[in-house]
Amino acid sequence: MSTGWSITSMSAISLLQVVLVIVGGPLLLGFMRKVRCRMEGRVGPPVHQPLLDLRKMAGRERTRPEHASWVFPLAPVVLVATTLVVAAVAPLLATDPAFGWSADLFAVVFLLLLGSVSLALGALDTGTAFGGMGASRAMTIGALAEPALLVAILALSVPAHSSNLPTIIIRSLAHPAWLATPERVLALVAFVIVIVAESGRLPVDNPSTHLELTMIHEAMMLEYAGPDLALVKLAESMRLVVLFTLLADLFVPWGIATSPGPWHLAVALASTAGKLVVLGAALAVFEVTVAKLRLFRVPELLAGAFVLATLAVLSTLVVP
Amino acid sequence: MTAALLVATALMGLAGTAAGAIAPVRFRIALSSALTIAACALGFVVGAEVLHSGHAAVVHTTTLMPLASFSLALDRFGALFVVITAVVGICAMIFRFGYDGQGLASRTASSILPLFVTSLLLVPAASNVTTFLFLWELMAITSLLLVLTDHARRSEVQVAGQWYAVMTQLGAAALILGLVLLATRSGSQSFAVIAVRSAHLPAWVRSTAFVLAVVGFGSKAGAVPLHVWLPRAHPEAPGPVSALMSAAMVNLGVYGIVRVGMGLLSGGPAWWWLLVMGLGALSAMFGSLHSATSKDLKRLLAYSTTDNVGLMLLGVGASGLFADTGHRALALLALVAALLHVVFHAVFKGSLFLSASSVHQAAGSTDLDQLGGLLRRMPVSGPIFLVGGLAIAALPPFCGFVSEWLLLQSMLHGLPSGDVAIAVAMPIGVGVLALTGGLTAFTFTKAIGIGLLGLPRTQDAERAGEVGRPMWIGAGLLAVLCLVFGVAPFLVIPSVVDAAGAVPGLHLAGALTRGWNVALPGVPGMLAPGLVAIGLVGFGGLVALGRHLVQQRPVRLTEAWGCGRELQTVRMEYTATSFGEPLTRVFEDVLSPARDVDVSHLAESRYYTEAAVIHTTIDDAFERRVYRPADRMLVRWGAVARRVPNGSVHRYLAFGLVALIVVLVVLA
Repeated sequence: MSTGWSITSMSAISLLQVVLVIVGGPLLLGFMRKVRCRMEGRVGPPVHQPLLDLRKMAGRERTRPEHASWVFPLAPVVLVATTLVVAAVAPLLATDPAFGWSADLFAVVFLLLLGSVSLALGALDTGTAFGGMGASRAMTIGALAEPALLVAILALSVPAHSSNLPTIIIRSLAHPAWLATPERVLALVAFVIVIVAESGRLPVDNPSTHLELTMIHEAMMLEYAGPDLALVKLAESMRLVVLFTLLADLFVPWGIATSPGPWHLAVALASTAGKLVVLGAALAVFEVTVAKLRLFRVPELLAGAFVLATLAVLSTLVVP
Repeated sequence: MTAALLVATALMGLAGTAAGAIAPVRFRIALSSALTIAACALGFVVGAEVLHSGHAAVVHTTTLMPLASFSLALDRFGALFVVITAVVGICAMIFRFGYDGQGLASRTASSILPLFVTSLLLVPAASNVTTFLFLWELMAITSLLLVLTDHARRSEVQVAGQWYAVMTQLGAAALILGLVLLATRSGSQSFAVIAVRSAHLPAWVRSTAFVLAVVGFGSKAGAVPLHVWLPRAHPEAPGPVSALMSAAMVNLGVYGIVRVGMGLLSGGPAWWWLLVMGLGALSAMFGSLHSATSKDLKRLLAYSTTDNVGLMLLGVGASGLFADTGHRALALLALVAALLHVVFHAVFKGSLFLSASSVHQAAGSTDLDQLGGLLRRMPVSGPIFLVGGLAIAALPPFCGFVSEWLLLQSMLHGLPSGDVAIAVAMPIGVGVLALTGGLTAFTFTKAIGIGLLGLPRTQDAERAGEVGRPMWIGAGLLAVLCLVFGVAPFLVIPSVVDAAGAVPGLHLAGALTRGWNVALPGVPGMLAPGLVAIGLVGFGGLVALGRHLVQQRPVRLTEAWGCGRELQTVRMEYTATSFGEPLTRVFEDVLSPARDVDVSHLAESRYYTEAAVIHTTIDDAFERRVYRPADRMLVRWGAVARRVPNGSVHRYLAFGLVALIVVLVVLA
């Protein structure tokens, strides 16, 4: 697979992907906030406001609840590191970043899960009711989202005979007809539901709520302050970008660079930015129009995603 | 050479038994443990040598048992299990040096424990029916006696012992029937001869023998619905014993199913393997759901053993199914995934059970709602449990991740094979694997987060301190293995491939490892656990460094926010019950939890509540719906039957006469 790709260019692509995810994450959040505000008839903060917020938080003091152990300060680091590993090796901009052969979809899922578990542990380490509440709810949703996600991955991997991300993308590019098959469409819906759930967006979780009873993700980061809070917030936005880009590359792969060279990369960068803008705007518009689901309605949504993913797998067998 | 070592293993174990029985109190534990460690070390050498060279270690003698020969032949497949048992045994025995189990220090327990370990080491080597059943029963009885160690102090132990005794003997009965059927029908009790002749046996004999073996071995492995003894016996057994049972003994159930199904019977029709997969799927779902909602640490671990056995059986069943449809390479891949999971499960479950016992000793309880804040108080045992928990949740860079990945891959590549049974079974398998994966992550977030992090919930947990050095060394060795195998699975995968290759009819075109990575032959892309670990450490280091550079002021210790209240108290903290509540509610139909709310009112006015207590208990559905009614029915029949022999000699003479007539009629 690494034909014609020099190590330098592959490393450069990885580096570019990491930078894209770090900078693009907060910008995407800012953009989505802007769209929401506009739809609600407000002007809204500038698109780069989340970056400014991060800078502000980075300058503040770090705090730690007196009963917490070393898990509490370690959790944000692990959370960010898992996302960065995925950002470096997954084919976000080009089909062959450094170590792209190791970018396995199942491995990506388990890496992201490691990040979620470490944040939940950090929340439980505070010993507060909110930490426990957020961790319990987030892990419940995560436990139910995982089956749908893995089965949807299976549906994508069966035609490509591999769960290796670059392989799936390259084969989809070679067979554009695959992208319109029923299993792709079904898997796409399942993926979208899972991504919304995993990244804590409406209707599963409201990222802008601070009402105790409805918080999930926010409840877990209540005790973080300063650079730690910045890391958790950054990781949240980075995960959204990674998941969105993977979604776009898996289902609409055109634009991704299949050979090295600045020209290809520029196209890839532009197309990825375009896809992110479309996806972000779509999610923002959707968020304006729906209300948050009750926590105990969320499993129904995720079970629906699981059923769709299973149907997708079955249709790979029926439709040759 | 290996044969002599195998004999030496057995003798060393018996020496440990003797030492436990006759050594003076002062040296009893040290001597019996040291001799058991030596037996395990010898077993490890034999197993490793057989795995490496492929030459079986054969011991055959006709003088040990009357009318039957005692015969051991350790092949590569069995050797893998011997090596696993040896490693777990060594760690558990090191742990025992510091373990403060009063019961386990007794003369009885000290002499039986080495015998139990020895039988565990020798069962995979047994090569004829008598030897196998003898060693199997020895293992069952010694483990039962060890479960009963603390029976005088706690009544739950007696109940647990009864459940275990019944289940293990029912399993043994099924095994005896199955193996004896095979032996009589094929005219020899030697495994090698049965394997050759079994192909010519009638289909009903083969199928009956296989189903009986699945029942017998399934009950030992703790597969649902034969698992009921497991969540009772494991929590009540002393620490090292529960680790040995969960990490070494249940493996032998999986060993037996493979040995009989693929070895003695050389594979069978698809429905056998769909049965195994079905049992596996049921065990995995049921076990992971119950461990997600358990609040006792050891009970949680016991249910998680059922869950993991389910995953192993899924792999074994998939392997048999592939072999039946002629996909030899896939069959081997699935079997390797299952066996790799056996190895890794032994490693992480061993460390989890041992460190849970450390927690018990330090904080006086394994009830998660009585623990908390132990990571700071137990700076070594805490991280050991943390590592084990992350490994079992299949999170990189620990070992559980690698075996689950291989299991997923074998199912993914089996799907397009065009066979209907496979096409239906594999997506269900992946769904089960995925659901249990998510639930396990939930379970161990709970176990670690509620048990080790946050505030201590009781005085005992508050005062807890680190346990003695032998205990954390024993548990720690296994935790280190979790990390080593997770980063460098190439250390163990080739041996597992060799072991699986010893099963007749399976072969793989190419290696499963490429350098440090795990790769399937002929498939692009690999799993690079080492790279993931390096990436995590590298990026983590960079992030931590960056955080340090942007903000160099020291971290300020603060009071956690308590919703505006002055002081944060333990009462405000989430408990294991509250953590599991959303999940309990989601799966209410399956778990059917019983809720009991006690509200007491103030004496002055009943409109004011003085205290409200809620009890949530989640019973085992199989226990409630199947075993309890069966138990009641047996008692009722017993009461009826008791009326028949009423003590009158005349009636007994009449019985004798009737029996004689019946015998004569039958014979005539």
